Amino acid sequence: MKIQNMKLEIIALGFILLFIAAFASVSSQAGHEWGGADGQAEDVISDLTGGSYQPWFSSIYQPPSGEIESLLFVLQAAIGSLIIGYFLGYYRARSGIRAEGDREKAEPEGEGKTDA
Amino acid sequence: MHIMEGFLPHPWWEIWFALSLPVVAYGVYKINGMIKERRETLPLLAVAGAFVFVLSSLKLPSVTGSCSHPTGTGMGAIIFGPSVTSVLAVIVLVYQAVFLAHGGLTTLGANAFSMGIAGPAVGYLVYKAAARSGLHIYLAVFLAATLADWATYLVTSIQLALAFPAAIGGVLASFKAFAAVFAITQVPLAIVEGVVTALMFKYIVLLRSDVLLRMNVLSSEAIKRLKEAAA
Repeated sequence: MKIQNMKLEIIALGFILLFIAAFASVSSQAGHEWGGADGQAEDVISDLTGGSYQPWFSSIYQPPSGEIESLLFVLQAAIGSLIIGYFLGYYRARSGIRAEGDREKAEPEGEGKTDA
Repeated sequence: MHIMEGFLPHPWWEIWFALSLPVVAYGVYKINGMIKERRETLPLLAVAGAFVFVLSSLKLPSVTGSCSHPTGTGMGAIIFGPSVTSVLAVIVLVYQAVFLAHGGLTTLGANAFSMGIAGPAVGYLVYKAAARSGLHIYLAVFLAATLADWATYLVTSIQLALAFPAAIGGVLASFKAFAAVFAITQVPLAIVEGVVTALMFKYIVLLRSDVLLRMNVLSSEAIKRLKEAAA
């Protein structure tokens, strides 16, 4: 891919860098806890009801520690990335094979998974 | 960030279940039809679902000094429409409610409505309108995904406001309080989600434009133009 065809990639990179810069500038000021927005919503509920609201049902399973919780979140991301990478890679290889003709088909990779 | 387990009182959790259930059921019906008649679309459905998995697992820091996560539903909404996307969202919501104590089973109806139905419906409509108005397709995708993300959290704020109206000012006052938490935190996240979705959409155009054509996402002229630009 030529550089002028990567406009969207460059724009995306720019936005991500801006996002990181915003994080860096906010976290250089003290007093931020970086807690979850759902926890803050819980505080709002407690303010609105004068602290009287009690959740009437609690989670059937709690990850026993922050480490286990991040393990499960990472697992979720890993499963997703694996599926995206598998199919995009599969299609990319397939379109390359089609474009370049039979010579490429002799190579062992990329074939034999046509059931997907 | 979804509404947490047990945090929607009666009758609200039942109401949101009742509103979500028919849409999710219709989505399951449509996916069944795709399995029978449009098998070539299934890998892209898996990719759209996986995209929701990845993006909704990333808790990102925002300018408010707190964290939230994107939804990833814009892609599915653009390609497959809101009802199919609601099924993808429910899968992720159940995973997070059961294994991560994030969101909840009693609030599943409300969370499925905001993340799976309202957000994707906004994204779908924005995409159709923007694409028809002749906007560049990737810009249309960006707007659709960004607004789908943002609408999700506005609806979450409305859901909480309805369940917990303020003593002074009622629903509107508590909506402002919840939106101050969710909607503002979400602005930078929604923008990043829009950009990443547009990028992902570009790769799908390059690799499986035939499915996009069959699903009426893009016209054949638009596909030709986008492919020439990337050649």
